[in-house]
Amino acid sequence: MPTVGPRSGDAIFAKVERVNAELFTLTYGAIVRQLLTDLEDVEEVNKQLDQMGYNIGTRLIDEFLAKANISRCVDFKETAEMIAKVGFKMFLGVTASVTNWDIEGTCCNMVLEENPLVDFVELPDTCQGLYYCNVLCGVIRGALEMVSMKTEVTWVRDVLRGDDSYELQVKLLKQVPEEYPYKDDE
Amino acid sequence: MQFFGGSDVSPSPPAPTAAGHNANVMYMFNRNGVCLFYREWNRPLRTLNPQQDHKLMFGLLFSLKSLTAKMDPTSVDRGNLGVPQLPGQGCSFHSFRTNTYKLSFMESPSGIKIILVTDPRTGDLREALKYIYSLYVEYVAKNPLYDPGTPIR
Repeated sequence: MPTVGPRSGDAIFAKVERVNAELFTLTYGAIVRQLLTDLEDVEEVNKQLDQMGYNIGTRLIDEFLAKANISRCVDFKETAEMIAKVGFKMFLGVTASVTNWDIEGTCCNMVLEENPLVDFVELPDTCQGLYYCNVLCGVIRGALEMVSMKTEVTWVRDVLRGDDSYELQVKLLKQVPEEYPYKDDE
Repeated sequence: MQFFGGSDVSPSPPAPTAAGHNANVMYMFNRNGVCLFYREWNRPLRTLNPQQDHKLMFGLLFSLKSLTAKMDPTSVDRGNLGVPQLPGQGCSFHSFRTNTYKLSFMESPSGIKIILVTDPRTGDLREALKYIYSLYVEYVAKNPLYDPGTPIR
């Protein structure tokens, strides 16, 4: 039987179960606020958000692969396009655009026009070093690690810090081939 | 699970029906070789203890995958057998059949492998394996109490 091609982000987004956007935004805001109260140090909170994102990412990848029905991407460029067009659309309902490829094709930037996590949010002066959406960096890093790509994801521009849009930089560090986990003797 | 039932142990095994009531054994592995799930409905002959059995199965599939990718006649030469491969290169096999059973295999890009051993007359099970994978996602990956990398209970 002919294989079904990858489904577009819109089609999947229409089919998955959704929660209220405001509920999602407010819940996330409550998490960040609680972390700030518990940890008090902004750098610690950034790290913690990244770690939480990483844990989410490692599980999210299976859902993404199952719903989007894609086979392996041939190279990193395709991977980045997948994340931006299908991934973001499927899970957050927004699309990102991929820009700024470097010469080797291992580093790109993803620009998000709108970001549902930051509706209603303002950063006070005491938290100026906070990357509010650091969880997204962790998610991408975790998900890509489960498909054998070690990456580094950071924020380049952040509206809460005064820039005009959200821009993430995704850099591929290396591709890790699968290894046989057992030792050679029985 | 209504989808798979046990097959009867009778002198002449019933032919597989359209509904597919003929799975014998099912395994699920993650990328590190941990057997996440094992279920048998009909396995008259048991030769190894479970750990050895899992290791053997995982090793077999890992090697088969490697072999089929390296022996691919349609792609450019990719290096000798034994060189670790990046995921995404080469073809992957999806089933093999002997005179007594058929083994179907699916691997997701994230390394989750699903194996189904059935009656040899069974047709192509790729859709069924995809369905199982989506069940896994729905109930296991989304379960907050599940620790990734441990066997599913």
